[in-house]
Amino acid sequence: MMSDSDLETFRAETRAWLEATCPPEMREPVETEDDVYWGGRNATFKNDAQKAWFEACRDKGYTVPSWPREYGGAGLSPAEAKVLREEMSRINARSPLHSFGIWMLGPALLHFGTHEQKLRFLNEIARGEIRWCQGYSEPGSGSDLVSLQTFGEDKGDHWVVNGQKIWTSYADKADWIFCLVRTDKGDKYQGITFMLFDMASPGVSTKPILLISGSSPFCETFFDDVKVPKFYAENVPAQAGEVNRGWDVAKYLLGHERSMIAETGGNDRAVSLGSMLSRNIAPDPVLRAELAQFDVDALAFTAMTEKFMDEAKSGKGHPAQPNMFKYAGTELNKRRLELVMAAGGSAALEWESEATAGGKSARDWLRTKANSIEGGTSEVMLNVVAKRILDLPGA
Amino acid sequence: MPLYYDDDQTMLAETASQFMAEEGSIKKQLRHWRDRNCKDGFGHGLWQQFAEMGFTGMLVGEDDGGLGMGQVEAGIVLEEIGRNLTPSPFLSSSVLAATALKHGSADVKGRWLPGLIAGEKVYAVAIDEGPKHRPERIACKAERSGNGFRLSGKKDFVVYGASSEMIVVAARTSGSEADSDGVTLFAVPQDAAGMSHDSVRLVDSSMASHVTFDGVELDGDAVIGEVDGGREILDAVLRAGRVGAAAEGVGVARGAMDMTVDYIKQRKQFGRLIGEFQALQHRAAHLYSEVEIARAVTVKAAQLLDAGDEKADLMASVAKAKVAKAAGLAVREGVQMHGGIGMTDEYDIGLYMKRDRALQEFLGDQYYHANRVAEMSGY
Repeated sequence: MMSDSDLETFRAETRAWLEATCPPEMREPVETEDDVYWGGRNATFKNDAQKAWFEACRDKGYTVPSWPREYGGAGLSPAEAKVLREEMSRINARSPLHSFGIWMLGPALLHFGTHEQKLRFLNEIARGEIRWCQGYSEPGSGSDLVSLQTFGEDKGDHWVVNGQKIWTSYADKADWIFCLVRTDKGDKYQGITFMLFDMASPGVSTKPILLISGSSPFCETFFDDVKVPKFYAENVPAQAGEVNRGWDVAKYLLGHERSMIAETGGNDRAVSLGSMLSRNIAPDPVLRAELAQFDVDALAFTAMTEKFMDEAKSGKGHPAQPNMFKYAGTELNKRRLELVMAAGGSAALEWESEATAGGKSARDWLRTKANSIEGGTSEVMLNVVAKRILDLPGA
Repeated sequence: MPLYYDDDQTMLAETASQFMAEEGSIKKQLRHWRDRNCKDGFGHGLWQQFAEMGFTGMLVGEDDGGLGMGQVEAGIVLEEIGRNLTPSPFLSSSVLAATALKHGSADVKGRWLPGLIAGEKVYAVAIDEGPKHRPERIACKAERSGNGFRLSGKKDFVVYGASSEMIVVAARTSGSEADSDGVTLFAVPQDAAGMSHDSVRLVDSSMASHVTFDGVELDGDAVIGEVDGGREILDAVLRAGRVGAAAEGVGVARGAMDMTVDYIKQRKQFGRLIGEFQALQHRAAHLYSEVEIARAVTVKAAQLLDAGDEKADLMASVAKAKVAKAAGLAVREGVQMHGGIGMTDEYDIGLYMKRDRALQEFLGDQYYHANRVAEMSGY
């Protein structure tokens, strides 16, 4: 364990490195979709600053600071990683790389993957070379995910996959998919395999879904006789965990997904919403009071976030705690955007104008409504908390 | 610093939890003294035991004979006090008064701290003037008189005031009611001539005084800190007290929640355990979530206070407000989910509701603190 003085040295070095390395443009709030860099085979940078910041972080292992060095990370301890987070948030530094590989597949592979799998896939993720998407939900399997029907027929050295996924985030932009596929129709829970395959494989097609927010972050994804080899190389199987035990991986990963969704808007919560909207609320004491109540809840939740992350890093938290965290974080985010709309008045209704950056408030407001649906609805989260944490009886 | 207890704090939490469950239980303390119509509203024997446990002087510096611990540790004890509804002068004496005395001269400390640490004396603080907490306005007056001061005015909601050997009083030594400056803190001894108590029992069976100062003559050495320099000390006292009250509120919330969750696992209606009904499960899970968040921000505020962080003041108000919301929800849901027996005096859940109500008002309710958060955030 590091002593406090070692940690303070690390903080000073980190601060100096960030000061010297993080371009001023990368300390501005994210405004538009292309302000975020997702990596991948077809990625382009919006500007030189974005490129420089990404490359500097990549070379230092800071796209995935706490992953081991051999897998592309910086090998930071939980305490060091926290210092880095704190120092980045102090200067409002943007995250250099957004990636479902980092948030979801990575943790699953770190836990379930072979060494050779990790060497290949984790390094690709850390270096932003491959952009991943997640194939979970199906048209008939939403909250009841385990009923999924997409089937992989065993053909000896490969599977042939047929079926359909829905709500696949950015499937149309992704290079590879991690996907839940039924490989045994006789066993509901122990008949699913967590497969990894290339979206460029013949038979894969995607179709964006237009949402009420006017954007299309999600797709329908179709598999029509997609051939998935069982091994990509020696000790690099095409599935994480064992064949037919993909549900264990999925459950493990859902925790990460729920934490990630809960953190949506996380950086905003430390900044008082009322102070940002103060121009419009002065004549309305009731709205001001609502904002004050919101700020209490939002600031309190920043402490919950910190506690949640600290406990997760040290293995202290209850394994079902991500469900509570997701429930509370998403409900808070929805409330936040309701207030943004209320304080914005008629200006916030504008859908396309330049003054509103293309209707950002209205579109964000509508987008947040998905927060309490995707990755497990609020109702499912409450079910899980009731059963697994409070140990309440019943099915 | 991670936002969970370190090894020493975990050990303290275990000790405090066991001690309070055994010695500070509802049956042994709250009901015992209440049913005997005790004029103090708490037991001096337990206060002695607090001293033996090292609790009474935990916030007092080691140089002054205390344990030199922080707000996190005090919060650990307070959470157990809250969970067991233990009537105790710990918050007013060992947190509020002790924080004030920290700013006193060597003489002031020497006069008051040993009795506190030994569990022989109990202290109160007198801040409020009126039914709502409004410490920005101090009207109670202390005018120069010879080498000392003459104190006049009224204070309300002085918890355990009539049982206290000394009361820390915030009074005005210059300027007018709404001025921030010109406030001085005084350590007023119990036997001061001209001080009278109208001691009343509150809804939670605790005792509080309306205190009247009718030309109370005080020596110059009753001053804590500097004359006219009391506002800064008062703010420190309020911060410590609010974070402490929040910690006690977390204990109240968790106690009420645990009792309620246990109850719905046992109570059968329609041939089923009522805890099987999703209508109750979702409400219980929502409550759990709120209480967890309230607890996180309370520990955070305590850590910030101990670190001398500039955000501590804001987070103290956030914690007090958030805990008020969560604990209020816990006791309301608690009584409702208990059904008819939740309304009976025999069951403890109603006692949680009463304690919560008193704690809500102490040092500012959720509306006061939400407003304070807005003001500190510039709107």
